[in-house]
Amino acid sequence: MGSVRRVATIARHTFKESVRERVLYNLIVFALLLIAAAILFGTISVGIEEIILVNLVLSSISVFGLLMAIFIGIGLVSKEIERRTIYNILSKPVTRAEFIVGKYFGLLLTLLVNTLIMTSGFYLALLYEKRRLEAADLVPLGAICFILLQFALVVAVAIFFSCISTPILSAVFTFCLYVIGNLLGDIRWFGQESQSRALEMLTSTLYYLLPNFGDFNFIARAAHGESVPSYLLVSNTCYAALYVTVLISAAVLIFEEREFR
Amino acid sequence: MLAVETIHLTKDYQVGFWRKRPRRAVDDLNLAVELGEVFGLLGPNGAGKTTTLKMLFRLVFPSAGSARILGKDIGDIPVHAYVGYLPENPYFYDHLSPEEFLNYAADLFGLSADERRRRVGRLLEQVGLQEARDVPLRKFSKGMVQRLGIAQALINDPQVVFLDEPMSGLDPLGRHEAGDLILRLKAEGKTVFFSTHILSDAEALCDRVAILNRGRLQGCGELNKILSLGISLTELTLEDPSPELLRELLPLTCSTVKTGARVRLEIPSATDISRVLEVVLRGQGKIVSLNPVKMSLEDYFMKKVAAPVEGSGEKGIVSSGG
Repeated sequence: MGSVRRVATIARHTFKESVRERVLYNLIVFALLLIAAAILFGTISVGIEEIILVNLVLSSISVFGLLMAIFIGIGLVSKEIERRTIYNILSKPVTRAEFIVGKYFGLLLTLLVNTLIMTSGFYLALLYEKRRLEAADLVPLGAICFILLQFALVVAVAIFFSCISTPILSAVFTFCLYVIGNLLGDIRWFGQESQSRALEMLTSTLYYLLPNFGDFNFIARAAHGESVPSYLLVSNTCYAALYVTVLISAAVLIFEEREFR
Repeated sequence: MLAVETIHLTKDYQVGFWRKRPRRAVDDLNLAVELGEVFGLLGPNGAGKTTTLKMLFRLVFPSAGSARILGKDIGDIPVHAYVGYLPENPYFYDHLSPEEFLNYAADLFGLSADERRRRVGRLLEQVGLQEARDVPLRKFSKGMVQRLGIAQALINDPQVVFLDEPMSGLDPLGRHEAGDLILRLKAEGKTVFFSTHILSDAEALCDRVAILNRGRLQGCGELNKILSLGISLTELTLEDPSPELLRELLPLTCSTVKTGARVRLEIPSATDISRVLEVVLRGQGKIVSLNPVKMSLEDYFMKKVAAPVEGSGEKGIVSSGG
């Protein structure tokens, strides 16, 4: 019970820290501006206003959240070490695992709040566009859930890399893994089509080993009014939870061995 | 039960870029700090004081040996609930105010809301930060940060307080207040373990000191014993003594300084004082004062630190670094 309380305390503090970073406000303002721009694009796209609006808004939620997940995520641990604030935390009855898990949930909470703000902006834009909302307008929420799952995964990747590398390299690694993770389906297809047994095995291994971000991309389908099937929601949630657990456990194991000179 | 115990505690750091080689920061350190005492870890910069404290909090790991706090191995994190730690040159979160930071620290110890409010208010007052309780820490001076560091080390009402260079960055008033705080903690029955290179602070506050140089323990003991053991000479001041009397005293003294009508004579500890007094009384000399001159902690420290480091064949010199 004490452990949960300490994790919650660190998460709350991380959230407060992220909220007080000015860069966050810039990102939110920029994203809201983009939503406003989406309304404009919607008005000039006769007949496909809603498709354009959903596509643009969900993409901005995804891209801005991703940037925050990577750039705040890589600094979560390294900044505490660099500024030696970690001495104050680890000298309290806080284990290193609680510290990492607390940091993780703190950033996730920030991204959740950020996504909620942007989603509210999206529905306001939709209301402005259509004058009234109906049940079918809730379809994009499924895609937003997937975007949140993607953030959960990206933050875990960023924290994992920040425990083994410098902030800049961590950002590069996380971004590369995100791009590769989005292309894993194509990479496996390429392996299957190559008619080389070795290449097929390699691409299949990568497909199963690396985080499959492509499976979480439901934006285009949501824009065309397709709901997220419940089996996919369950399987993607389990996949993300399992992957996050593995990555955070590995980050904790590495962090346990780290010395602060 | 001891408050702090280190048993053959050793730390090697790997230095060098291409060819890593070990550099010993702390070497076979054995310390036993009793409950309720103020214990000073003294040493020049680079002596291994901060490394010792970091090992006690598992911020760096011992290469050999072990240590215990309140009878528990240092790997036992729950024991941190009963200890406080002020790191050297502390740094806190810029975006928080002192009140917010102390609340955060209190939350990590699981204090109730009432207890937290009470302790935060009291500590801010004790360290003189009540006026600045809402000011963001980015606007704090070094001394104010140090005061906050002391406050956060005491938020859990610890049994043992570890302070790494607590006077660093404080102005004379702040140093005086920090000294008072340490003595108050002692009066409350708490153990204070602090590292310093400021000898006057150690002399004024510590029950016992350990002297560390180049990672090795050079001496450890009760301050009053160390200092009384070191009576090096006796100082005798006479008012307008006759030249004959001075001539007679000359073989018994090691130095003579004349200041106006007064003459100050330094008598080596080996000389029998009663014999000197006999000569003075016979020569009708007027005694102004007779004082045994004790070795100061500074003298003791210099003797230990300047002496060749045991086993290395080198002179212990003051090196830079932490």
